[in-house]
Amino acid sequence: MNREKLVEKIIEGDVRAAARLMRIVDDRSQDYAEYMRNIWPHTGKAAIIGITGAPGAGKSTLTDALISSYRKQGMTVGVVAIDPSSPFSGGAILGDRIRMADHAMDQDVFIRSVATRGHLGGMSVSAIDIAAVLDAMGKDIIIVETVGVGQDEVEIASVADCSVVVTVPGLGDDIQAIKAGILEIADIFVVNKADREGADRTARDLQMMLELAPRHGEASWQPPVIKTVAFKNEGIEELRESINSFLATHKGDKKSARLLYAAQGIVKERVFGEYFTNSKLNEAIAAGGHDPYKAVDTLWSNFMKLG
Amino acid sequence: MIRILVAKPGLDGHDRGAKVIARGLRDAGFEVIYTGLRQTPEAIVNTAIQEDVDGIGLSILSGAHNTIFPKIVELLKEKNASDIVVFGGGVIPDEDIPALKKAGVAEIFTPGTATSDVVNFVNNNVKARA
Ligand SMILES: Nc1nc2c(ncn2[C@@H]2O[C@H](COP(=O)(O)OP(=O)(O)O)[C@@H](O)[C@H]2O)c(=O)[nH]1
Ligand SMILES: [Mg+2]
Repeated sequence: MNREKLVEKIIEGDVRAAARLMRIVDDRSQDYAEYMRNIWPHTGKAAIIGITGAPGAGKSTLTDALISSYRKQGMTVGVVAIDPSSPFSGGAILGDRIRMADHAMDQDVFIRSVATRGHLGGMSVSAIDIAAVLDAMGKDIIIVETVGVGQDEVEIASVADCSVVVTVPGLGDDIQAIKAGILEIADIFVVNKADREGADRTARDLQMMLELAPRHGEASWQPPVIKTVAFKNEGIEELRESINSFLATHKGDKKSARLLYAAQGIVKERVFGEYFTNSKLNEAIAAGGHDPYKAVDTLWSNFMKLG
Repeated sequence: MIRILVAKPGLDGHDRGAKVIARGLRDAGFEVIYTGLRQTPEAIVNTAIQEDVDGIGLSILSGAHNTIFPKIVELLKEKNASDIVVFGGGVIPDEDIPALKKAGVAEIFTPGTATSDVVNFVNNNVKARA
């Protein structure tokens, strides 16, 4: 199928065409950038919701419950579910779909599992493009479930229209982690597994921390703390309504940040993929008498001449 | 990158075998989409298409292999996705294997198959698409 035709079919909502382009984009194969050039102008309609939090916190289960909730509202949903690649083999087990099995037969739900393939930050290099494809194919809501391990896995916050941070009761360390980095990025906090002991306390602690550390530059939104029991569907409507009220005043705020993030990704790929490749760097290091500065200076001046 | 869907259709019990295969394939460098228990053939095929996988590995214990395998092959054909390689394993009597292969299942692994055999099979028979 030629490029125009594939993009056209995606805009019409064709599942196979979208799945195929996601592969091309994920593998960075063929002329994926040429496809994406034709996809980006068709994006911007969907609301992108990021879900992050420690492994096992219940992100996939929450996503599953949110899908049901949005579907009841008649909205169509796309999901990008990211799991880590093995640093040893490069392979991955992508298991988020286990929790979302109820939606496998719903034509208005498109779930795509993606491996990090070495990218840090909780996302894959392709995640933003895959979300763009879901947007272009007409999904109303796009949920991005990140890997979310530590404090650095917060890239999603710069691209999602609404960032939901999931935590669970009773993890003192977890609260520390939230204090350290994640407090600022959450638009909404979820204390999942509220069927467990200590949920009220965790929610109260979070609430207090949020009051002590007001959002920079914004008085109009105080991130709520919502208790959920994802696998029993409890608290999900409240969560969806909270997301809605945030989006009502903030959807679109991240549009330029999203483009910037995508552009930064492209720069990294071009610079490291084409000019400052490891083999060229190694050569320059050897040639420059093992002085890393000298090595880069040489390559840099060549790079600047490319104009 | 080769992507394989590992699924466990049928209503019976556990997915230990499927998990072992999933891990083996991951350790061989493949991306495995793992969907867990009780998948219908229709759900498996929909998932395979959304995930744009190159192969589907099925673990069947229930004895329903003679209906489930051919059903999945047929659904893939209907969706113009016959390029997806279907293979599987489980407690499958030797005498059933020729008919399953004739129906379009690329390979059947019987109990006791080493994970490395499955990995070799994927390496030799499944190609990444893009
Ligand atoms: N007790 C309890 N367990 C939950 C809840 N939500 C999810 N779980 C379980 O927590 C485990 C991890 O869930 P999962 O959604 O895969 O977490 P993820 O790694 O953050 O995506 C699973 O066994 C879920 O069934 C909840 O509200 N309460
Ligand atoms: Mg998950």
